[in-house]
Parts: sequence; structure tokens; C-alpha cells
Amino acid sequence: MSPRPKVQSMPDLHKQTIHEAAELLAQGKCSSEELVRDLLASIEAIDPKVQAYLTVDAESALAQAREADRNRKGLAGNPLFGVPLAIKDVLNVEGQPCTCGSKILQGYTSPYDATAIAKLRARGAIFLGRVNMDEFAMGSSTENSAYKVTRNPWKLDHVPGGSSGGSAAAVAADMAIAALGTDTGGSIRQPASFCGCVGLKPTYGRVSRFGLTAYASSLDQVGPITKDVRDAAILLGAMAGRDPMDSTTVDVPVPDYTAALQTDLKGMRLGLPKEYFVKGMDGDVEKTVRAAVDHCRGLGAEIVDVSLPNTPYAIATYYVIATAEASANLARFDGVRYGARVDGEDPIDMYGRTRAAGFGTEVKRRIILGTYVLSSGYYDAYYLRAQKVRTLIRNDFQAAFKTCDAILTPVSPTAAYPIGKNADDPLQMYLGDIFTVTANLAGICGISVPCGFTGGRLPIGLQVLGPAFGEEKILRVAHAYEQSTEWRKAKPEL
Amino acid sequence: MSGKFSQTADKIDVRYVAHLARLHLTDDEASRFQGQLEQILGYVKELSTLNVDGVEPTAHAMPVNNVFRKDEAKPCMDREKALANAPKERHGQFVVPKIVE
Repeated sequence: MSPRPKVQSMPDLHKQTIHEAAELLAQGKCSSEELVRDLLASIEAIDPKVQAYLTVDAESALAQAREADRNRKGLAGNPLFGVPLAIKDVLNVEGQPCTCGSKILQGYTSPYDATAIAKLRARGAIFLGRVNMDEFAMGSSTENSAYKVTRNPWKLDHVPGGSSGGSAAAVAADMAIAALGTDTGGSIRQPASFCGCVGLKPTYGRVSRFGLTAYASSLDQVGPITKDVRDAAILLGAMAGRDPMDSTTVDVPVPDYTAALQTDLKGMRLGLPKEYFVKGMDGDVEKTVRAAVDHCRGLGAEIVDVSLPNTPYAIATYYVIATAEASANLARFDGVRYGARVDGEDPIDMYGRTRAAGFGTEVKRRIILGTYVLSSGYYDAYYLRAQKVRTLIRNDFQAAFKTCDAILTPVSPTAAYPIGKNADDPLQMYLGDIFTVTANLAGICGISVPCGFTGGRLPIGLQVLGPAFGEEKILRVAHAYEQSTEWRKAKPEL
Repeated sequence: MSGKFSQTADKIDVRYVAHLARLHLTDDEASRFQGQLEQILGYVKELSTLNVDGVEPTAHAMPVNNVFRKDEAKPCMDREKALANAPKERHGQFVVPKIVE
């Protein structure tokens, strides 16, 4: 054996969390450029296996990093300064592509920053690249991307979840320090749980949707997918707040979310809804989540039974409302102002051909369903009725939060499943969203935090749901749980 | 997670609805969607078993009404930027097929 030269290497920079990287940067132990270069090397080595990124903007990321290194006074008290992030390909970053995972936006370049992006940019965050997703965020497995199939870093022939599957896979595989996703029916929380990350869906109105390509406007929210709860608190705090460009943002003060990160749950009442522990759910998931509930009791929480009786109607309600809104939102892709165009005999023919060529199967299916439930003669029976059931679901939560501070549930009835398993059975795929869609319908906040593994070594997530603008409560619960367990230290072998 | 599928779902004319959505379908897509959407609508029909008399519909989970901004002129995206992604443009405008003969 020939002796190898011993190199005193830096800590694995790509493995750092935001707050760890910020500390290294602040202490001068690494530069932002070194951090970006280390991540680029990690992407080059690992992404051929995982396929999380659609595009990596190396040149611009390095330029941003060098700029951060020159201007180190921005570091003070700002953990995002010089830290690279992966962005779901549905949020506009000026000068970068934004395909939404769709062929119809191939070649599109964003002319402006989304508000969430602009706020992070103002704090010195670096936008490293665009990560894969289900086309227009329609899907639960990232298999609906027009570009590539992203793989679960824990088991490469399994899905990473969706629709923010690229974000979760990139974070889990240490190809990003943290990422942004979007959540319309679980698209942050479910991939985070499938990949063993933390994922937070903020209260509706907490984070601006300006510059997020809309899927279902009354349900969509932007949120973080991170390696730990502290990072989720940091990113949420940086993005939250009223935005004149999004009239649905609410003028509620933005607290320092990291101040809520305590390590015990004394004095907290946590609700356990029986409707979220149902027949047909995976045995490992149920066992693991129940053990996490017991663990929270051990941390000082009082566990109380709550009931959310309209839960069985949530999937039907969600797929009526979300597809109705999508059918209107996606009307803008008509081949006139941006994206692909297929010429036709007249404008109507051009729209039809352009959309036929540009949209994938799931998007077409949802546009037709959404158009149908809004069409004359069916509006009352489907859309209006679904909006009324939405009220009942919202009332369920309001009643439950009178008796508890937060609610504990599984994120998904199963862990990640093999690629292709539900590919041609849309209803079966939809049913997997049962535990996540309710938070979007009710407009409340939720977080997914790793709580164990299946026998097959696939991550399982615990969901903590909180009342509207109760992000501090769910962050506290998730943080106390996370810090008193070891799950966050487990990493996939790649 | 077994859904109950009612057999009494409304009939959906996939071709007609696709036309309303300005979406051309192949024969294969139309027949595949027909079966899948009927199955989904059968599942959705379960909503009709709930009593929603007197329940107000929720359009937005966080009711914020009458949000006004000051009525003042502000700079907007310049023309060049706005046209940069256009599939066809000429003389600083989007080009579309002729609408009126």
C-alpha cells in the first residue's frame, strides 16, 4: 500500500445545514465560493444517480459567491448570506429557466424574481440551480416531470415523492444546503417525509405567491425543505410577510421563528385525530408515528384525542377545487406570450395544438376534470359543493385547535413506493394525499419531520399541524422531537 | 385506503370538455381519460352524501377582502423583457394568427 498524502481537509461543506454553513462562513473557516464549489462537486458526483437537478447555474452561483466573499459585512446576523439554495422549477428567479417541469415552458427565461426569491436574494442567498418536479406541481411522485425521473436517494428505484421531489432529493443527498418547494396538497411535506428531510408548509397568506407559477391559487404556498428544523425556521422567517404584489398575503407580524425552538414540550397539548390512523395504512408507518407520539409525551406534552370527522371527504374536495383552479390558471399557456407554440389554422386551433403538444398526461387529465366541474350544469353539484365541504373541513380544525396547540399525524399512509407503481392509476395516487390535503383546504400550517424508517430502510415522517399563523408552535414541537432523537443524523448511502 | 366507487357518476363527454379547455386529444387519450375520469368522478360523488344545507362555501381559507393599493403610476416590466419569451413577435408586439378575415 502506497502512503497517501495526508490532506487536512475542511469539513464536508456540502453536508452542512444553513446555520452550520453560516457559522463556518462567519468564522472565516470557509468561503462562500468554497461552499458552492463543494456543492457543485457533490452534484457532479451524485446527481447522475439521483437526477434531482434540471439545470445547475454554476457560473452565476460562483459569481454570486465571490460577490458574497468580497462583501463580508453582510454576514453579521444573517445566516443566509453566501449560502447556496436549490429552487423548485416553478419559482421565478430572474435570468434562470422556469419550466415548471413542462415541455410547454422549455426555453423560458424568467424576466423577474418571485417575491420569496427577491427576499432571499436581499439577504445574500445564492441560487444554485433548478430542481425537478411534477409538471405544474401536479403529482405526488415527480414521475410527471416532462424531463426526467428523480430517484429517492435512500432507494434509487423508488420515487422521492412529489411534487417537490427534486427539492427533497437534492437536500437528502447533500446536493443542496437547503431548498424551496411549494405545497398545494402536500407537495412539500410528503417528499420531505419520503426523503428524510424537514418540510414546512406555511399558513395560507404567510408567504407571497408572486412569481410562483400558479397551480391552485387558493391552496398554493411556498415553503422550505431543509436538513433540520432550525433551517426551516430561518428560511420561513426570511420569506414571510405581507407583499403588495400578492393581495392574499396577510399583514401579521413576522416573529423570529428561531426563538420558538425550545427543547421540551412542557405545557403543550397535542391532538391525536383518530381519522388519521386508518385501515390500509402501512404497518411500519403507523407503528413509527405512534412511537413518535409517545416520544412527544415523554418530552412533556399532554396528548389528547381530537376528531376531524370530515377527513374522509378531503381528497374528493381537494381534487375538485384544485383542478377547477388549475383549469383557469393554466389557460394562460396558449402559445401567445411565452413558451411553445404549434401553429394552427386559426387562434382556437393554435391553442388546442399548442396545449396538446406542450402538456403531459396528468396536466391534461386535471385540466379536463377542472373544466368539467366548473362547466354549466355541474358547477353546483361539484365545485360549489366542494367549497361547502371545504368549510366543514376548516371548521373541524378550528374546533380541534380549541382543545390543543398542535395536531400529530402521519404525513402519508405509506413510505416511498417503487417508480412506476401508481403510474397509470391516478385515483390510487390521489388517495395517498389524504393526510396532507386537509391543511391546504383549511389554510393552516404543517411541518414534516423525520421520525424513523420502515423495515426496508425508507424514511417516515411525522406531521405536526398547527392553527393559522401557528408556525411557532409546530416549529417548537418539530424541533423538540428532532433534537431529542437521532433520525436527522442518518444519511443515505450513495 | 380503498375508495368506494359509486356507479352513478355523471357521464362526462371528454371530447366536448377538452374542446372547452382548448385542448386537442388523440383518440387514445380520449378513451383512456374517459375511463379514468369516470372513476374519479364516481369517487368525488361521495361528496353528495354530506348534508351541506346552510353551509357557506369557502373560496379562500384566509378571508382577506377589499385589498386596495394607492392609485399611483409605477414602473412596470419593459417591453423588451416582456417580449423576450414570445414565440413570435414583430414591431414590439406579439404575433398571433389572423382572427377576422
